[in-house]
Amino acid sequence: MGDADIPGVTVVQPESPAEPQETEAPGPRRMVLNMGPQHPSTHGVLRLLLELDGETIVSAQPDIGYLHTGIEKEFEVKNYQQGVTLTDRIDYLAPLSNNLCYCLAAEKLLGLEIPPMAQWQRVMLTELTRLNSHLVWLGTHAIDIGAMSVFLYCFREREDILRIFEMYSGQRMMTSYFRIGGLALEPPRGWHKRIKDFIDVFPSRVDEYEELLTSNGIWIGRTKGVGFISLEDMLDWGVTGPMLRAAGLKWDTRKTQPYSSYDKFDFEVPTRTENDVYARYLVRIEEMRQSARIIQQALAGMPDGRWTADAPHVVLPDREKMKTQMEALIYHFKIVTEGFRVPAGEVYQVIESPRGEVGYYMVSDGTAKPYRVHVRGPSFGNLQAIPEMVKGTLIADVIASIGSMDFVLGDSDR
Amino acid sequence: MNFFILSIIKAAVVASVLLTTLAYLQWVERKVIAHIQVRLGPSRVGPHGLLQPLADVIKLITKEDLIPPYVNKFIYLLAPFLAVTMALISISVIPFGGEIQVLGQRTWLQLTDLNIGLLFILAISSMGVYGVALAGWASNNKYALLGGLRSSAQMISYELPLSLAIVSPLLLSNTLSLRQIVDTQSGSILHWNILRFPAPQIVSFLVFMIAAFAETNRVPFDLPEAENELVAGFHTEYSSMKFAAFFMAEYANMVTVSCITATLFLGGWQPLFPAAWGSNFVPAAVFAAGGLVAIYHGLNPARRRDRLTLPIVGVIFLAIAALFLIPLLQQALIPLFWFAAKVGVILFVFIWIRGTLPRFRYDQLMGFAWKVLFPIALINLLVTGLLVALS
Repeated sequence: MGDADIPGVTVVQPESPAEPQETEAPGPRRMVLNMGPQHPSTHGVLRLLLELDGETIVSAQPDIGYLHTGIEKEFEVKNYQQGVTLTDRIDYLAPLSNNLCYCLAAEKLLGLEIPPMAQWQRVMLTELTRLNSHLVWLGTHAIDIGAMSVFLYCFREREDILRIFEMYSGQRMMTSYFRIGGLALEPPRGWHKRIKDFIDVFPSRVDEYEELLTSNGIWIGRTKGVGFISLEDMLDWGVTGPMLRAAGLKWDTRKTQPYSSYDKFDFEVPTRTENDVYARYLVRIEEMRQSARIIQQALAGMPDGRWTADAPHVVLPDREKMKTQMEALIYHFKIVTEGFRVPAGEVYQVIESPRGEVGYYMVSDGTAKPYRVHVRGPSFGNLQAIPEMVKGTLIADVIASIGSMDFVLGDSDR
Repeated sequence: MNFFILSIIKAAVVASVLLTTLAYLQWVERKVIAHIQVRLGPSRVGPHGLLQPLADVIKLITKEDLIPPYVNKFIYLLAPFLAVTMALISISVIPFGGEIQVLGQRTWLQLTDLNIGLLFILAISSMGVYGVALAGWASNNKYALLGGLRSSAQMISYELPLSLAIVSPLLLSNTLSLRQIVDTQSGSILHWNILRFPAPQIVSFLVFMIAAFAETNRVPFDLPEAENELVAGFHTEYSSMKFAAFFMAEYANMVTVSCITATLFLGGWQPLFPAAWGSNFVPAAVFAAGGLVAIYHGLNPARRRDRLTLPIVGVIFLAIAALFLIPLLQQALIPLFWFAAKVGVILFVFIWIRGTLPRFRYDQLMGFAWKVLFPIALINLLVTGLLVALS
């Protein structure tokens, strides 16, 4: 299990899981194509069993679990603060969104008040994470459909974002920068300028991607009308995020259940009604522009103040205080050695990750370690739509459809 | 006797130049694509990665030559051989230049001039499908099978608009021999088939180019090897030199198609404007200008190592420019220059498109061939025939 924790690396488990039951033996004209887990377009270790008639899909069975890491169980042997580092590994393309959701859940149990500065920083960072994740999505989606250059343009911008992440946390991907009670460290000097430099040019970069794709005849031909699944089916399967919004449902927990002072920001929730791969593409592109808007607002209105809550029993004290004040030293000792106790109770916190609704269900029994943490990964819900979505289409459409879902196998397998 | 010796020498020269071109075409492609995609491309092996093709060849030769179990061995081994042979043969009828005199021998800058040269090329390129289709079938791999099926359907479908697009310029030139086709386009750019009175062949040029992209399995028609769908398509199970053979075949096809395009539509080795207006000095001027630019940048270097390399390149360019001024060499070099320039531009377009466009879907690809290209090519043929008959 330890191997599978390497960020961004998808490790195929040596023991293969049980073969999914095939409902009927393929007829003489049918061919079963085992797509994945090692296939360039299944984005990690998704396995698809496609039954083909020529190139037409008769049925598709997704097979997940190759990246199962037992993270949910592992939460139970770590104290609350240590759990943050596990959340990074769940959705390795949007680590900060998972950090945030976990912290919010724990903070809800603890009843902590987070200072505005930390909240603004959190909003800014999760939006940067959204950009990061959407850029990876756009790049890989485009390269799946054959547009090679977009991939590298996207990764150029993603590199900037990762450098920003590295600047404040020393890490590019698994930053674990959010902590229960605020942020891990004070944001470094010159950081806001760095973000501003990036976010000022970013919208023009989005224009660049759109120039290559949005009105490109081949791109439209490949994506328009592909990957349809009815809104009712989506809701039944628990599909969330941009996929749902591309089907016309204006559901974004940043608006419907605001957290971390998202209600103080002015942004639009883009929706489309076509409910195809192209609509999902447009929704995500527009989301990138809206995220840039949010980041600009956060930069402009960044409040002063501390970056951690005023809760000495949860938040580690300053080094300075620790050396001069007895209580601070005691708190430091207690927090470091045994963590902090969280009042008994249970809580479900949901936020809008780049992929959809990520939810953390946390049960506390009053000790310093969670009794149970359950993660609702958006990728899992979204993946369930595959069989419905690709039935009757061509192999090339399968690639476009699963690309438009933007799943992360770590998020669905956990 | 002289004929045989000459032919052997010519064949050796053409073969070695072609194979080197193929290797370096790959380098050029990687460099151009890299610069389109804001990266550097090969830069480790030799200056600017210039030895990269060599390294690739060594790597491919020394790789383990796998034959997977349960393949049809004979066909599995035949397929890459077939593909690369058919791809390399067509170059033999392409004229690179006019008649020259070497050591008292008169000869043409062409391996052989078949009176049915164009038909020969069409026949050979159709045979090339077998390599791909058989590879897909013999590999005993589902992805390869799908790739092979796709490519045979695709290449056969696009053969039609391709042939129809070729027929229209034939009406203008009234011959099948490639040498005579080029001869009829002499004069200036206005006499090239693409702009020629009475029926400019711009439409058929575009149809031909599009069909050529499909024939050579290049983006946006690279479905047979669409790596994001079919892993590697028909050559999934091939390794080592057998893989390299397919690779070479693809690039050889690109070069051949570019040569045919230049010959049919762009006047082959004919210069842009007549020699009377000084077109013989264009190559020298181009190389001299390049050399001077390189020397200028060498004297004002952006990076330290440029201080040495750029002046060297500049001097080499100036030397080449001087070569173009020697009357003895002019008769051979100047047609070659024009031919290479035209082929180079077309090849660049091939690469450029690859860096820009997404890929078609299988059904769209077939629909495009039959519903769009085929009627356009047919109408163009009718119009051309009418105009030629009237004039």
